[in-house]
Amino acid sequence: MFSWLVWRDLILAWRRRADVLATVFFFIIVTSLFPLGIGPERETLKTIAPGVVWVAALLASMLSLGRIFGNDYQDGTLEQLVLTPQPTYLVVLAKVLAHWIVSELPLVVIAPVLGLQFGLSENSLVIVIASLLLGTPVLSVIGSIGAALTLGLRAANVLVALLVLPLYIPVLIFGSGAVQASLTGASPQAWLLLLAATLVVSLVFAPWATSAALKISVE
Amino acid sequence: MSNRRINWYKYAAPANFYPRAGKMIPFFAVPAVILFIVGMYVGFFVAPTDFQQGESYRILFIHVPAAWMGMFLYVMLAIYAGIGWAFNARLASMMAQAIAPTGAIFTFISLVTGSLWGRPAWGVWWVWDARLTSTLILMFLYIGFISLQSSIDDVRRADRAGAVLALVGVINVPIIYFSVQWWNSLHQGATISKNSFKMAPSMAAAMFLLLGACWLYSIAVVLVRLRYIIREREQEAPWLAEVAA
Repeated sequence: MFSWLVWRDLILAWRRRADVLATVFFFIIVTSLFPLGIGPERETLKTIAPGVVWVAALLASMLSLGRIFGNDYQDGTLEQLVLTPQPTYLVVLAKVLAHWIVSELPLVVIAPVLGLQFGLSENSLVIVIASLLLGTPVLSVIGSIGAALTLGLRAANVLVALLVLPLYIPVLIFGSGAVQASLTGASPQAWLLLLAATLVVSLVFAPWATSAALKISVE
Repeated sequence: MSNRRINWYKYAAPANFYPRAGKMIPFFAVPAVILFIVGMYVGFFVAPTDFQQGESYRILFIHVPAAWMGMFLYVMLAIYAGIGWAFNARLASMMAQAIAPTGAIFTFISLVTGSLWGRPAWGVWWVWDARLTSTLILMFLYIGFISLQSSIDDVRRADRAGAVLALVGVINVPIIYFSVQWWNSLHQGATISKNSFKMAPSMAAAMFLLLGACWLYSIAVVLVRLRYIIREREQEAPWLAEVAA
């Protein structure tokens, strides 16, 4: 059931490639706006790079949250999935995993290229990738709570931002902290460990909150 | 053992709670006003001028109780929302809905007064210090809760969705709280801490008087708002027509 659901979501996403690409291009455009707005001084760009990359990743992943449950909710599939004998927890986990592969993994892949725009060293680029790899699943899984709560509501997109962004703040702090540490020559290990801890805790608890929210929204 | 048992759930029914709450409001509202006047008098006329901060520290008499209430009311909101969700107790859900605006207002007051105090004391209106940031996040959590509830038309779903959000927000509170240690802050030295200034007894008196005033004010206002929410939601109930008549 689990792998079937992941596979199904991946196929659906593949058939709507433009949606996925839009998120990636949003990420690229937002990060490219900062050097234009702030000016091309290398040192300034270097200092803002961790924050810019992470904030852009936050916004891009938030934009794609509506896709986790939105289409399934509209055509009634979600109701059937909640009614299956399998725990809703697993359904949520599968859909979050698919969403991460579709919407977040491309960001992780493209991020080092954007890091080059900001003059980051190879060492820092590795940390960018590592922190995003650990952090973006947290964004997906926490974001799924907001996505489930706002299913079918008026102005759901704006509401999701309001609900989810405050909850993203710890990830933002740890993620950009890791990159910042690597820039100043300090060890980013502590930040990465904190990110990993956040990932583990949120993977255990957030799908549970999401399935509760789904049951509330679907009934 | 007497065979007369106390009905613990009596006041969980809006029909019983509504008139009782109406009678209770003056008992909280009147002392709140008295404590506020006395507290303000002690704070502004009796408490001595601080030798470091001059007169501007008096803002803290309002700032500190407001900040405490802002945090405390969020925890209360989450507890009531959780009870309402878990046990289908609709009065508890209404209570959570009634608490939210008061908590948001106190958080807002604490942010504004903190900023007004920060200008003379730190030389800046705002610092990205962990304490300030976490209070700002608290404000966002309140706003998220209120806007989520107000955008769901179905009352039952609004209550439950709000409960999920409130409880998730509570899990975030310790993370925010410990960010004092994690945050790479340049302004750590300027953080308010309990030991940063010794309080004169009259200063402490003013602070606790105003804290009491904030407590009583919150209870009174929440009860008033709760009565309006009950009236709105139980429009069809026959008991309401009786009470109103």
